[in-house]
Amino acid sequence: MEPLWQAIAALVKIAIIFGFGMTVAAILTWQERKQSAAIQDRIGPNRAAIPGIPFKFWGLLHLAADGVKMIFKEDFMPANASKFLFQIAPLVAVVPLILSMAVIPFGGTVTLSGYEISLQVANLNAGILFLLAFGSLSVYSSVLGGFASDNKFGLIGALRTSAQMVSYEIALGLTLVGVFMVYQTVMLDEIAAAQAGSLLNWGIVAQPFGFLLFLAAAIAETKRAPFDLPEGESEIIGYFLEYSGLKFGLFFIGEFLEVVIAAMLITTLFFGSYHIPWLDWAAVEVWLNGLIGGAWLPGLITACLMMGVFVVKVLFFCFFQLMVRWTLPRLRYDQLMAFGWKLLLPLALVNVVLTALVLVIVDSL
Amino acid sequence: MLAKVVAELEKTAKDVVLGQIEAPDDDCLMIERSRIKAVCRVLKDNPACDFKLLVDLTCVDWLGQDERFEVVYQLYSITHNYRLRLKARVPEGESIDTVSDVWRGALHVEREVYDMFGVDFAGHPKLTRILMYDEFEGHALRKDYPLKKHQPRVPLRWPIEPKDDPPYNWTRFQRARKLGLDDD
Amino acid sequence: MSEPRQDPQVKRLPDDVMDIQLGPSHPAMHGIIKLDTKLSGETVVDMEVSMGYLHRAFEKMCEHRDWNQNVVFTDRLNYCSAAANNCAYMSAVEKLAGIELPARAQWMRVIVSELSRVADHLTCVAASVMELGGLSVYLYLIEAREEIYMIFDKICGSRLTHSVARVGGMAYDLYDGFEDDIERVFALTRKFMDQGHVMLTRNRIFYDRMRDTGTVSEADAIDFGFTGPVLRSTGCAYDIRKAMPYWTYDQVEFDVPTGERGDNYDRYLIRMEEMEQAMRIVEQAIEKIPEGDVFVHDYKIFVPPKKETYNHIEGLIHHFELVMNGPQIKAGDAYFAIESPNGEHGYYVVSEGGGMPYRVRARPTCMPMTMFFPEMVKGSMIADIIPTFGSINMIGGELER
Repeated sequence: MEPLWQAIAALVKIAIIFGFGMTVAAILTWQERKQSAAIQDRIGPNRAAIPGIPFKFWGLLHLAADGVKMIFKEDFMPANASKFLFQIAPLVAVVPLILSMAVIPFGGTVTLSGYEISLQVANLNAGILFLLAFGSLSVYSSVLGGFASDNKFGLIGALRTSAQMVSYEIALGLTLVGVFMVYQTVMLDEIAAAQAGSLLNWGIVAQPFGFLLFLAAAIAETKRAPFDLPEGESEIIGYFLEYSGLKFGLFFIGEFLEVVIAAMLITTLFFGSYHIPWLDWAAVEVWLNGLIGGAWLPGLITACLMMGVFVVKVLFFCFFQLMVRWTLPRLRYDQLMAFGWKLLLPLALVNVVLTALVLVIVDSL
Repeated sequence: MLAKVVAELEKTAKDVVLGQIEAPDDDCLMIERSRIKAVCRVLKDNPACDFKLLVDLTCVDWLGQDERFEVVYQLYSITHNYRLRLKARVPEGESIDTVSDVWRGALHVEREVYDMFGVDFAGHPKLTRILMYDEFEGHALRKDYPLKKHQPRVPLRWPIEPKDDPPYNWTRFQRARKLGLDDD
Repeated sequence: MSEPRQDPQVKRLPDDVMDIQLGPSHPAMHGIIKLDTKLSGETVVDMEVSMGYLHRAFEKMCEHRDWNQNVVFTDRLNYCSAAANNCAYMSAVEKLAGIELPARAQWMRVIVSELSRVADHLTCVAASVMELGGLSVYLYLIEAREEIYMIFDKICGSRLTHSVARVGGMAYDLYDGFEDDIERVFALTRKFMDQGHVMLTRNRIFYDRMRDTGTVSEADAIDFGFTGPVLRSTGCAYDIRKAMPYWTYDQVEFDVPTGERGDNYDRYLIRMEEMEQAMRIVEQAIEKIPEGDVFVHDYKIFVPPKKETYNHIEGLIHHFELVMNGPQIKAGDAYFAIESPNGEHGYYVVSEGGGMPYRVRARPTCMPMTMFFPEMVKGSMIADIIPTFGSINMIGGELER
């Protein structure tokens, strides 16, 4: 492939995944309000409007209103804050998350005018380890933010975050070991490709136990209820207590990005990524080629279909996480630690051992 | 029940009960001020009385009378299902024994009576104002305290003294105070 | 064992206790109250309560209004159960004056105070659950409370500050169709309470947060002067409605739930059960309430009907006297307490004779609970402050009056 086309394809893919991630994160802020309103017998946001147009777009304009509000709010900084760390913490909250989306495949390989293009920004051989590494970078944002703002509540929030994230990352990583053992790879595109064909190939079938553990650990990693102790709005208000305006907005978006990434990971690892059971995308492409032909169209349509399937699954898991968030009350600090270390971690280890046993037995048959 | 209580009281100490006061439904005893703690101790610990619950403790200001303040104790016995009201007269400037070591519940209501009436409870571990601020002048529920009296302004209190070391950034207000700018 | 290596360059991080002030402006302090807390890590080592941010001189103001006018102040004590406060204050005055209420007025006082008990408990449970992060349950319960407020709106024209009682009776009678409204609203309340039970009572997270936190023993609770659900959660079945029935509580059947451990979970269950019992009482009361007037026919006590006022000089004079000078209450003192939603809410009224009280003292129901709050949370985690503070149901207006 010519370098120029390669570069253009890479840019388009970056635009797609970045745009997708940010859009879903933004829409999630609206969805959270609307969904919680539906759960709680309320109407939800319905006021923001464009002057002159009576239609309110189901409250979607509140996204724009929120953005404008956050930009124009006073950018407050406490007198005794550590200036540099205070400024940089919100960036640390968002940048690693955006970077970590690079390794998530949002489709298989399609042929566009003769070139093979895989729908993944960066196919690193470290695969999901890259994602875990960057995911754990985001803990720095809350620690730095809480520490730098010279506030005791913020400091407690920061301490809680660091303890929680470190504890649950171990469980998160260990639950994934089972998946690696089943698919014999750490690369996400290979894991996704291996789930093609029958429904029995999906990760949820191979690792039902691992899925539940991963779900719990992933929700804990997103720092949302019932694991929202670092925020704990009624007890310690949270590590971003002193932030206002766009800096707070970055923390806010970061939280929703984490939700999106968790949903993407769940989809990719356990729910067949962009696959529909018993549907072969290559066959679809060949069929489309025969149906309409042309250099671009069949590949493009297939890519869009794959992305569509992926998006639907991701949105479902975002919905699921919001549902959990609005249903359960918050854990206490020691209960959270006990849950992480005494329950999730041993169960994850048991899961690894069981998976290994099953694999050995299956192999020897 | 009242006769029994009075008998028990007379058994432990002579002449503590100065009199019985007529009140609708409730039984009410006037107690000598200096013996109030002993009386309360008996009323609480004696199983024949068993007033375990100090429901309320308050005060009435009878301005112009000899013994100006009337401290009122509302007692309740859960086992006997019986209410009793004790009263003790305290002249202005004199003190009455605290009952906070009989019922710990009295700790804070006595503080409130002190705050509002200025009745001194001798032996109270922490007799400070509870509803009003420390600089409040007078006692608000006394009858000679006018309804719309104005209080003097209180100088601003800082929770933290501004430090002198350079890395500590003062707030605008702390700096102003350090420079003596806000003394109005 | 060797000494740990001490690097003189490394400054030892302080590990002593951290002073932190929860309040006066803090999301969990529903009124304005300050908890000066000393924390060691997440554990509460010591705590001191300081209050006084909401003092409005209730007792002082009462001495300068006539007996009837004070009813609007009692609305603003425990604003979640204003009707119960009104009735308690007026019953204290009537006890002092020796006024016997007609049966219908007594039944109506039972009805409104039980309705306000449901509203108060709904608010308390909802608020403490909200602070645990369960905002959905909060809104369910508040929706039920709103319906009860709408009943009060129909009775007396205001949602929150009812002022339903007067010396010698009630200011308003029940309206036509009250029974139907009660039936509908109670069905709704029970539905939402069931949802609350589904989402909370057997919820493992909620159970773990509430069970064995904020524990207080029975002996301590009595010694501190606790009453109401907090006392009953320790196992002491002291309920004034049973112990010394006032109004017509001796003619209705209801149970007094008690707990065993005196922790937050017991308090939660007791509140949920008391709502059920309160609704039971109201339903019985609606069946038993007789016809008649809800006030005494004594023009020296209760204002004459408008027909009398406009057409007869007697009525006019009495109306004028009552409005200008207030009902004349004989000298003396009386204490009357009701089992308010929060505990024993008593009024000690002193009269010198005349239209104005000499002294009115309202027993602040939640003050013992609030001031001994540190005893309940010392040694537990900072997160335990939240459900415990919710379950003692501190109401700023009543605490500081």
